[in-house]
Amino acid sequence: MTSPLYLVFLLSSGLFLGWSLGANDAANIFGTAVGTKMVKFNTAAVIASIFVIVGAVAGGSGATETLGKLGSINALPGAFTVALAAAVTISWMCRIKLPVSTSQGIVGAILGWNFYAHMPTDYEALSKILSTWILCPLLSALFAVALYFLAKFVMNSLPISIIRLDSYTRAGLIIVGAFGAYSLGANNIANVMGVFVPISPFGGSMLFGMSLSSAQLLFLLGGIAIAVGIITFSKGVMETVGTDLFNLSPMAALIAVLSHSLVLFIFASEALKTWLTSLGLPSFPLVPVSSSQAVVGAVLGIGIARGGRNIKLGVLGKIALGWIATPIVAGVTSYILLFLMQNIFMFEVFRAT
Amino acid sequence: MSILFNRAKQIEAQIEQFFDKISDAGLIFSAGINNYIDGDYEQFQTRLKDIKKHEGAADDLRREIRYQLYTKMLIPESRGDVLGLLETSDNVIDTTKIVLAHFDIEKPKIYPFLKDGFRELTKASVESLTNLVRANHAFFKNNDIIRDYIHKVFFFEHEADRIEESLNRTIFQSEEISRLSEKMQLRDFVASIAGLSDDCEDVAERLSVYSIKRSL
Repeated sequence: MTSPLYLVFLLSSGLFLGWSLGANDAANIFGTAVGTKMVKFNTAAVIASIFVIVGAVAGGSGATETLGKLGSINALPGAFTVALAAAVTISWMCRIKLPVSTSQGIVGAILGWNFYAHMPTDYEALSKILSTWILCPLLSALFAVALYFLAKFVMNSLPISIIRLDSYTRAGLIIVGAFGAYSLGANNIANVMGVFVPISPFGGSMLFGMSLSSAQLLFLLGGIAIAVGIITFSKGVMETVGTDLFNLSPMAALIAVLSHSLVLFIFASEALKTWLTSLGLPSFPLVPVSSSQAVVGAVLGIGIARGGRNIKLGVLGKIALGWIATPIVAGVTSYILLFLMQNIFMFEVFRAT
Repeated sequence: MSILFNRAKQIEAQIEQFFDKISDAGLIFSAGINNYIDGDYEQFQTRLKDIKKHEGAADDLRREIRYQLYTKMLIPESRGDVLGLLETSDNVIDTTKIVLAHFDIEKPKIYPFLKDGFRELTKASVESLTNLVRANHAFFKNNDIIRDYIHKVFFFEHEADRIEESLNRTIFQSEEISRLSEKMQLRDFVASIAGLSDDCEDVAERLSVYSIKRSL
């Protein structure tokens, strides 16, 4: 029987990843709304926290399954180390101001574990994941272009007053923000807790009258960690994102957040995948994608729709750099940390099969 | 959520009222100048009183709108622009009151050969004001047609400038007006009526920038 304290320790790296995800990525959803004072931070934090947890618990399994195919980590200390490697990589790359994504960090760290444990890598799952990294900002940009023209058409067709438009935009930012938080939870919980799922220390249980599987309990914990990140540390990031980085009008912000949320949703929703498959249509792989890159894609899309004004093409180069640098750094870090954990701290980081 | 929409409706109504006051002031101004030129001083006094009332009411509305926009945290993105627009539009209504008041105080003599010129100048300035009010409404409701109205404001401002120059030439070339002081006084009145269209032009300049900022 594993002691609770030991369990908390082993899960702590994942919880830290969750905290940092909440602190950073909530700004992609509510940054402009809070930065431009359209929505109060407290309102944004409460809505984002609730919906991120709901999304994680209710919709987190699809993307987690794909991540599990990439490498099924079979020892808790191994999962701890992999999540820690991703967290260390992200913190370090953030510190030296390199673009970084939790999704790409965790994939690199899992690959590091595969190499260390001499486990085979599912290249089909890997290629699926890699394709979504490119698809994510691209699709987000396409959504943004389409939504921009739709919004423009509606605004030109209906003489909505500036004051009333403000009310609609506020309501829209709150509703779309809630959807964005749900999608973030559903899509990105795999980054936070995915590596722990195959070796979950929990059994299924009942909570508030709901039956939760062992994976859902992990997602609940991860969701709470993300929510804590949002409440404790996202305010500054939101204000910076809202005023400095993406200098968008509230309406354009609404379009950007909706595009971002749709992308995260389609890469996380099992129901959508089933529906598309039942219609004989091609479906999207369920994969954790980068929330930040989805927003950058959406902002670029708006720039393109506006006729190419204020487009910073350097951002695309930075994203591409992140695709390559983050997994490599995370993979190497993971390999080194696994070696240290096994040989110095004597943890069993994998079970030979 | 319904509180938010009700509040929006209330402020919208106040802004509409504010611009209606300016529009009315333009019409009263035009009627007042014509009354003065026709020598109907009784009617002129009534117009002056009316315009003072409108100016006071517009001030109250502007203050109330400003208070509501700040305390209810409405339109944070374009609040500065909207308030700037209301402040400068308020200058327009102030000008109408000041010009009529000066006519009342100084009682300049409008010679018969100048009457048509004064009427034309007043008409051009008031046209400029009317189109400014339309542009303001368009800014709040339909951004697309604002350019047409702004263009008309500029057109009537140029028209007013042209008439002003022509009137000044007539005044200073006239032998009927013997004293230079009287000529200078009339020139000042011509300038003050044309000044109304200049105020409108200032607001229109702002509006054209705000409308670009407002576009999606």
